Amino acid sequence: MKMNKRDFIAIAVVVILSAAGFLFLNIGHAQGSEVVITLGGSEYGIYPLADDKVIEIKSDVGLNTVVIENGSVYMKDADCPDRYCVKQGKVKVSGDSVICLPHKLVVEVKSQNGENTIDAVAK
Amino acid sequence: MSKKIAKVGLFVALAMIFSYIEAIIPWDFGIPGVKLGVANIVVVVALYQLNIPETAGISFVRIFLMGLLFGNVMSLAYSFSGGALSLIGMIVCKRLKLSVIGVSIVGAVLHNVGQLSTAAFILQSTAITYYFPVLLVSGLVTGFLIGILSYRVNKSLDKFSQNNNDR
Repeated sequence: MKMNKRDFIAIAVVVILSAAGFLFLNIGHAQGSEVVITLGGSEYGIYPLADDKVIEIKSDVGLNTVVIENGSVYMKDADCPDRYCVKQGKVKVSGDSVICLPHKLVVEVKSQNGENTIDAVAK
Repeated sequence: MSKKIAKVGLFVALAMIFSYIEAIIPWDFGIPGVKLGVANIVVVVALYQLNIPETAGISFVRIFLMGLLFGNVMSLAYSFSGGALSLIGMIVCKRLKLSVIGVSIVGAVLHNVGQLSTAAFILQSTAITYYFPVLLVSGLVTGFLIGILSYRVNKSLDKFSQNNNDR
């Protein structure tokens, strides 16, 4: 099996990009304070992370049940085919999110004080 | 001409059965969206055994047929963007004289990048970018494994065609 120098350059580029991405996405993230729910690209609602709440989101494609509990948020139930959103578990740090791709639903944790660096760049 | 069609058809059939086998085996790597991409062996091998239009044909026919049979419009969109980006990247890297393994790694990584970009576009949200590093690393690993397999298949095929020059 022969790998050459160019292979290692390609591997190095991928490793550096992922390390940089990982650092960039994890720096400056504190405990979140609110939950922003986006459905199909438009904002569905903002809820404080401190208040326990069950949010049922019904769209023309399906049903998702988001639960805010003890300062973290998770997808309790969903009728999407893959149910990856349910498997993603609890999130509570700002910048983290639970995503249900088939239903185009994004549940994002944000912190009120201080701009979310990722969004400041991307918007 | 008919020989060429038969060969391309064979590759497409093989790629489809690989996709199917991968879909029915419940792989669980613990990370959603991460899969081995066994069908990519066929595309990588085709890139070395056939020419670029034939390889592109195999890749897109496979994606279209699998989408038609088992997927929906959405899964087709993901597969197409991933497949196209991956193929372009692999063609470029092959020209740049990377080995089969390097080509396969770049293909796997770009496949993930293409699909993630499509997901971000469909969601109209950048929230999914947190997943980017995860998919880069997983592409590196799966691409490496698929690259090793493709290298072996290519070696065997080269030996076979040397022994059977008329075929």
